[in-house]
Amino acid sequence: MSFAWPWQYSFPPFFTLQPNGETRQKQLSAWCALALAYSRRHRLPAMTVREAQDSPLFANRRLQRILCGARAPACRPLPSLPSAVGERLLNPHPGKLPLESIQVVLEELRKNGNLEWLDKNKTSFLIMWRRPEEWGKLIYQWVSKNGLTNSVFTLYELASGDDTENEEFHGLDETMLLRALQALQQEHKAEIITLDDGRGVKFF
Amino acid sequence: MDRFAWTSGLLELGETLVVQQRGVRLCDGEEKVKFDSGVLLLSTHRLIWRDQKNHECCIAIPLSQIVFIEEQAAGIGKSAKIVVHLHPASSNKEPGPFQSSKYSYIKLSFKEHGQIEFYRRLSEEMTQRRWENMPAGQTIQVNKDPRAGRIRAVGIVGIERKLEEKRKETDKNISEAKEMVELSKSIANKIKEKQGDITEDETIRFKSYLLSMGIANPVTRETYGSGTHYHMQLAKQLAGILQTPLEERGGIMSLTEVYCLVNRARGLELLSPEDLVNACKMLESLKLPLRLRIFDSGVMVIELQSHNEEEMVASALETVSEKGSLTADEFAKLVGMSVLLAKERLLLAEKMGHLCRDDSVEGLRFYPNLFLTQS
Repeated sequence: MSFAWPWQYSFPPFFTLQPNGETRQKQLSAWCALALAYSRRHRLPAMTVREAQDSPLFANRRLQRILCGARAPACRPLPSLPSAVGERLLNPHPGKLPLESIQVVLEELRKNGNLEWLDKNKTSFLIMWRRPEEWGKLIYQWVSKNGLTNSVFTLYELASGDDTENEEFHGLDETMLLRALQALQQEHKAEIITLDDGRGVKFF
Repeated sequence: MDRFAWTSGLLELGETLVVQQRGVRLCDGEEKVKFDSGVLLLSTHRLIWRDQKNHECCIAIPLSQIVFIEEQAAGIGKSAKIVVHLHPASSNKEPGPFQSSKYSYIKLSFKEHGQIEFYRRLSEEMTQRRWENMPAGQTIQVNKDPRAGRIRAVGIVGIERKLEEKRKETDKNISEAKEMVELSKSIANKIKEKQGDITEDETIRFKSYLLSMGIANPVTRETYGSGTHYHMQLAKQLAGILQTPLEERGGIMSLTEVYCLVNRARGLELLSPEDLVNACKMLESLKLPLRLRIFDSGVMVIELQSHNEEEMVASALETVSEKGSLTADEFAKLVGMSVLLAKERLLLAEKMGHLCRDDSVEGLRFYPNLFLTQS
């Protein structure tokens, strides 16, 4: 099933950061919702900002073709630029969210707990369409429902074991799993331990 | 008040008039004196006061006598004042109206306003101290050097040659200045002789001579915000001139359009931009049928009171919705407005949340604000 883009994705103003405060809030909410839905659907791994700029998430190729075609017969082709600096100097293209605006969206995601920067320079990030605390809650619900408190699991067992096949968190990648367990650890509901061949977790 | 000296009131050579103000009373410290109604003139060198009823009564004080000045705000029934603190009188001072005074300051009381401008100008003169550079009223002392040879020489001879050249230049300036001095003397005499008052026409000519010499118009009475009689009259005049043009242009015009229109109509007595703005600022308080409006971008317009820009925004939204999206240019053409005002209207609509923007290399385009209307 192909991804269902929201109506905003075909609305040209969506790709210009709105100056009106109220309008901007609505716009950013829509961007965050889209980023999370897209990230979930495509199981987005960690990304760099550079990759984000080229991603269909932030650039609607179809819209660009429509807008360029309709207004200017000789629309210049969208170049793949050699450097992020060069991009900044050019005016924004229609149907493409400019770099600075992408950073505003990413910051909004981070404030909501849905994004984590993976390095100090903020070049790569991970979108967490579900927050670690929310994953932790789901895992703990399964643990207590099945009376498995005080048991120890390996990370593999949790994420890929037969017992969890029907659970939402089944197949969760290790990075997210760890973050979820860390959240539970904060709440004193679990403890991450080191086992012979890797890491595991004990639930309380 | 003992620092003042009697004077003819004529400006000396090298002395320039800076500003003057009617309706000024002088006070010796805290005490009133008989100089209760006069014209106060500020020149580059002196402060001169002339009695309005008796033009021969004229006193002056050199600016170098002033230590510092301060403002005293107006109160109920009291005019605004400038307090002028003075050095003690010098021993070789010319005779004046008072031999002694127990105060070391005087007060200038502005019964007909103008104190703000006067204070500003006086402060400027106190800072610039132009009287030090241009000793007024002195005759030039030069050594007449018999050796008129063109021998290039250094040392004393060279210096003397330079002095000779300066003297020649000064002679030339003096003869040119002589004309001006003659002219102002004759006008001043006319005033004195009281052969009828000086006519309106001659006053205007005199003022224009001063203007051409680079002296600021001596009768500007700028008091920011509170308006003056001049600006009030001007505002009323503008209301008359602009009523019809505004109606023809949909009730709103940019201030630059107004400026061009008004000055074209006036022909000769052109308005300065400052005077226009100051007059327009008074339109609303004078309850005239037009008003000045300043948009967020800084653009200034004149609108008819009956004009409601917010309502126009609603119709702008309709127009944009019909066409899907519009740039300021396209909107201006459709509606028949100037691009400047069209843009302001679209920006206002955006500010009110009716429109949103698409900003790219293709230009700035406005759309109906679906972010708010569509869930």
